[in-house]
Amino acid sequence: MRTSECDIVIVGVGGQGVILISDVIGRAAVKAGKPVRGAETHGMAQRGGSVVNHTRIGCRYSPMVSSGGADILLALEPAEALRFAHFLSSDGVALVNINPVLPVTVTTGKARYPSLEEIISPMRGICKEVKAMDATALAKQAGTAQAMNVVMLGALAKYIPLPERVLTDAIGEVVPPKYLDINRRAFDLGKAEVE
Amino acid sequence: MREYLLGNVAIAKGILEAGAGLAAGYPGTPSSEIIESLVGLKGDLPMHVEWSVNEKVALEVAIGSSWAGTRSAATMKHVGLNVAADPFMTLAYLGVGAGLVIISADDPFCHSSQNEQDSRRFAQFASVPCLDPADPQEAKDMARYGFELSEKFNIPVMLRPTTRVSHARADVEAGEFLPSMGEAKFVKNPARRVALPVHARPLHTELIAKQAEIEKALAASPWNRLTLRGDHGVIASGIAGLYAEEAIADLDLDLSFLRVGTFPAPIRMIEEMLEHVSKVLVVEELEPVIEEQVERIALKTRPEVEVLGKDGYVSREGELDFLQVRNAIARMEGQQGKAARKVEAAGKILPPRPPALCPGCSHRATYYAMRKAFGKSAVYPSDIGCYTMAVNMGTVDTCLCMGASITLASGIRFGGETGPICCSLGDSTFLHGGLAGLLNAAYNKARITVTVLDNSTTAMTGHQPHPATGLTATGEPTAQVSLEAVAKALGAGLVEVVDPYDLDGAVECFRRAKEFPGLSVVIARQACVIKARRGGAGRKSFAVGTECSGCRLCIDFGCPAIEFEGEKARINALCTGCGVCAKICPSSAIEGVKR
Repeated sequence: MRTSECDIVIVGVGGQGVILISDVIGRAAVKAGKPVRGAETHGMAQRGGSVVNHTRIGCRYSPMVSSGGADILLALEPAEALRFAHFLSSDGVALVNINPVLPVTVTTGKARYPSLEEIISPMRGICKEVKAMDATALAKQAGTAQAMNVVMLGALAKYIPLPERVLTDAIGEVVPPKYLDINRRAFDLGKAEVE
Repeated sequence: MREYLLGNVAIAKGILEAGAGLAAGYPGTPSSEIIESLVGLKGDLPMHVEWSVNEKVALEVAIGSSWAGTRSAATMKHVGLNVAADPFMTLAYLGVGAGLVIISADDPFCHSSQNEQDSRRFAQFASVPCLDPADPQEAKDMARYGFELSEKFNIPVMLRPTTRVSHARADVEAGEFLPSMGEAKFVKNPARRVALPVHARPLHTELIAKQAEIEKALAASPWNRLTLRGDHGVIASGIAGLYAEEAIADLDLDLSFLRVGTFPAPIRMIEEMLEHVSKVLVVEELEPVIEEQVERIALKTRPEVEVLGKDGYVSREGELDFLQVRNAIARMEGQQGKAARKVEAAGKILPPRPPALCPGCSHRATYYAMRKAFGKSAVYPSDIGCYTMAVNMGTVDTCLCMGASITLASGIRFGGETGPICCSLGDSTFLHGGLAGLLNAAYNKARITVTVLDNSTTAMTGHQPHPATGLTATGEPTAQVSLEAVAKALGAGLVEVVDPYDLDGAVECFRRAKEFPGLSVVIARQACVIKARRGGAGRKSFAVGTECSGCRLCIDFGCPAIEFEGEKARINALCTGCGVCAKICPSSAIEGVKR
């Protein structure tokens, strides 16, 4: 039996704005009157390491999405998409930003960063749909590469049981007013990318 | 009003709802956001909020305040409670004035810690009641309830959130904040405030005697809930209670269920469960604290009931999760478990992404200079902070507990090591736990070098201030302690301050320290690069010119801003302009450029 309406795992690298996405979803869920749970990465791992965030809409249990339980994997970085692909359910959808952030093991020549094809193709076999997009380029188009997380949030909007209106209201609560226009554009560009 | 709150913010709200007048803590993941949130949330409420020098100090300040009649909280991470163990154990005898809640945040799986000890054992050790929340709502409500319980039984109360509670978010119903209650005044009462043997003996008797009453009060609290259904049962505590509830719903089983949120666990509810079932599974993270209690009760009342738990059903180490708990319950019920999903390609082709020192971090430069002066074979005891991540640089040979770098270095010397010894610890760690060790090293004539990696903040836990920053937790200016003056006063023979970005100067400084025939202290001072950037420090960027010979010296330095591409080095957009790589480059190929 389903114990959560929608389970989302958001992954990326420290500094990419993973927490903001979950904060927006959580606030929006509260506005929509749904119980919501989230779990974040703080502390040591944030220093250039992998960051993973669990967000469960319409859920009263623990904040942790189980292995094979995610309806959506939202990946702000391609290698991290594959690293956490085991969270995806076989009916799940993966939304992946294709812009890599090289780990220090790659920049120092100790490891190789795989090609996009090597990353995406094993993911295609394990879930319903993989949507790869250049969210970083779309964010630049919106006004700043920093808004990449909001582009991804816009793409996510179609797949989660929350009205777009409450999501954009929640964005307004967490983003400084002077960046609101850029973030609105970023959200719309992300949304258009999956339509 | 319902709000989407971080567990630690919810705890801060619980403290304010209880009308506490003081909160003191030392930063430590996953507890740090409690004090930080209080600073922002308290508004005009007359509350004293402080970052203390360490956890022992924080707890003692909170005890004093409680004895003066003000509800008080002390916050720390689990290993911080070890530092505060001395006041904690005797406090249980002496009791409180106004309510006192000690928040010890556990970190199963060591996400950001040196061990995964279970604070409930400490509560048990001290005969102190412990509240074990499952989610942010419970954490907030328990924080408030803790003050009432503390006053009712004249005993400190422990609140023990774990990482998945402190750093969880949930929709939480929060209440009104109360102003601090009553007139604060220290009332003299030597029999309850002076732990002389003659006082301690009857207080110990009293402490033991009130345990039964505390257990009864906890059993009647909303944190323990029993549902009797099928002939098999599950008892689960803390967040494991949520995993178990979800697993039972997912498996659609008719099981009896006891959710436990306190230690001691509710004896009568456990007895009822044992009377009702033939088999029971106890699910809890880390130590079998509840399980041992259940086994003891079963032995007395229903020895024929099968008690399952840490004997192969539930792991005693790391974090539990839904799947592990689901599988343990399924196994009890003779059902097939579910395997965790594995994606083979991930293990094969992905480059590891370990946490690392930031681009431009001054610790990297300090360690580079240190190693250049002291050599590969020197012994490098280190400590707890961001710099522990430099373990691959060869200058982190030990990490034990806060401040132990200096004392381990001394012991390594006195134990017979004759080679050079250079230990290192951060500024906040030095003030937290290094002062006594430095004093001891001077007193006992340890010939070692102590390096204070001074980035003028408590960086790893989120840039909290400390006594050498000249700012308090609430951002007020205060007396700024001088690290060099402290080092001299404690007896160091040579004390030097150096900027690690001045690489040659730093190497020379370390050479002088190495040659010094006594205790030397090097203070490597450069602002944390994250803080400097947030503060608007603009530095020029650097680029690699055509002179690059591809020798990889700069790559081996390990800065994430330097990449190797087509047999040459390249500096990427992460560059913060520290310029240290330009000083390392033997071909002088790296130069500053305009951004």
